[in-house]
Amino acid sequence: MKCFAKLFLNSADMNTMERIEEEIVSEFAILDDPMYKYDYIIDLGKKLAPLPNQWKTDDNIVKGCQSTVWLHSEERDGRIYFEADSNTIITKGIIALLIRVLSAQPAGEIVAAPLTFIDRIGLRSHLSSQRSNGLNAMISKMKNDANNLSLHTK
Amino acid sequence: MKTLLNNFPLLNKKINGKELIYLDNAATSQKPQVVLDKLIEYYTEYNSNVHRGAHYMANKATEAFEAVRAKAKVFLGANAEKEIVFTSGTTHGINIISHGLAKIWLKAGDEIILSTMEHHSNIVPWQMAAEDSGAILKIIPLLENQQLNMQAYEQLLNEKTKIVTVVYVSNALGIINPVRDIIHLAHQYGALVVLDGAQSTAHFQIDVTALDTDFYVCSGHKILGPTGTGILYGKEKLLSLLPPLFGGGEMIREVSFAATTYNDSPYKFEAGTPNIGDIIALGTALDYLSTVGWETISHIENSLLSTATELMREIDSAILYGDVEDKVCLLSFNIDGIHPYDLGVLLDLEGIAIRTGHHCCQPLMHSLQIPGTCRASLSFYNTLEEIFRFYEVLRKIIPKLR
Repeated sequence: MKCFAKLFLNSADMNTMERIEEEIVSEFAILDDPMYKYDYIIDLGKKLAPLPNQWKTDDNIVKGCQSTVWLHSEERDGRIYFEADSNTIITKGIIALLIRVLSAQPAGEIVAAPLTFIDRIGLRSHLSSQRSNGLNAMISKMKNDANNLSLHTK
Repeated sequence: MKTLLNNFPLLNKKINGKELIYLDNAATSQKPQVVLDKLIEYYTEYNSNVHRGAHYMANKATEAFEAVRAKAKVFLGANAEKEIVFTSGTTHGINIISHGLAKIWLKAGDEIILSTMEHHSNIVPWQMAAEDSGAILKIIPLLENQQLNMQAYEQLLNEKTKIVTVVYVSNALGIINPVRDIIHLAHQYGALVVLDGAQSTAHFQIDVTALDTDFYVCSGHKILGPTGTGILYGKEKLLSLLPPLFGGGEMIREVSFAATTYNDSPYKFEAGTPNIGDIIALGTALDYLSTVGWETISHIENSLLSTATELMREIDSAILYGDVEDKVCLLSFNIDGIHPYDLGVLLDLEGIAIRTGHHCCQPLMHSLQIPGTCRASLSFYNTLEEIFRFYEVLRKIIPKLR
């Protein structure tokens, strides 16, 4: 797992979202057993930066069927930054991937992002329809927040 | 024991490359080959509409369909075939009763008693009936061990109590409720009793006459039959008074634009073409259960439950819900510090099917102050080997989620 840590890009603004997605896809490509994929997702969930309690508000809740997700979005210098937490570790891992791709990007690009990596890493085929809906709700909230924050600042 | 499992073709499947271990029997049971064969037989040999055809196949289909009513009568211990109504499932059955009673039995200020551990399908129809009639709902609380607080129940009963409805066996906890006492007490106040038999019918012999329940509803798909089938039992006199939920063909005696008179029970409640093929196959499921026998089923299920419970107690961080003497072979549990959904996902990757979440019992989960539980619900066709494998995997994945 350690070898993946260096692939976390702190300076995401130097990379397009597509490039980050490609990185994720290649990381998952070598994990040939679905259990390894989940081990990795769980690991990402455990490592996700904690969300300060002040952001765990009702307004920030993305309600999935079985898990609760809190998503906090902020605009700084024309880019949108996301922080999140969840009461389930697997969901946290999935959020970590979404944050890695979408955070610190310009709002317009976030809204337009097709996010093909989710299907390409074979994540959706292991998700129940309820959790898949939860994932869609999470993506929608990230895109909506990005859109609203950019309108607000304009 | 292996022979019983082999009667269920789906249970020999692999899931995610792993042998399937199906521990979600409370959601729906698997179907033995004989039930599947019956479906094919019906559609390939005598598929036709029932009760009105003037030809050989229609007669044969009608005979087969009505023969299931006779079997269901015996299966549930009813007195007459007109007490057996075919439905699409438990939910449909409850809605027929709640809708009808709201019209003829409930009035403003009347009280309907139900319990904290009800499934949403035995809550929402009564909320609708209450809204229509002005009646109010009263809720039986639980004891610390999640059994019904029978003392509180007695205190809720009064002359305004018109209906008592409880789940016979809790789908989320596995607890068997003391329905004999519940019925006896309710009748002292002249209240009618509706039993939700969705979970009880698969595990032990039901005798509605001995129970003296006014209504009993269950689903076919949880007792080895096809989906979209169910049985509603009601005492003959009550069904003759109860108005139908659906209007349409089959349920009428005479129709004119001025007025329509209804057929007698059970046809009054079976508007439209019934689910003929699936009901006929449900009859085969009832036959299969009778052949295996309740004694064998209890023997196997008790042995599975005691082993499964012992092994769960060996896991320090496991919290068992509904851990009482009177229960069916179902384990509702959480592992301290781990969300049930995370466990469910990883078990699934190992081919083990359980259910996680609130089990359509949000009021129960609120009262337990938990988001949900993991539920491993067993059936007589599960094996000890499967239970051992379940625990081996569970022990392997718990540390991953810490």
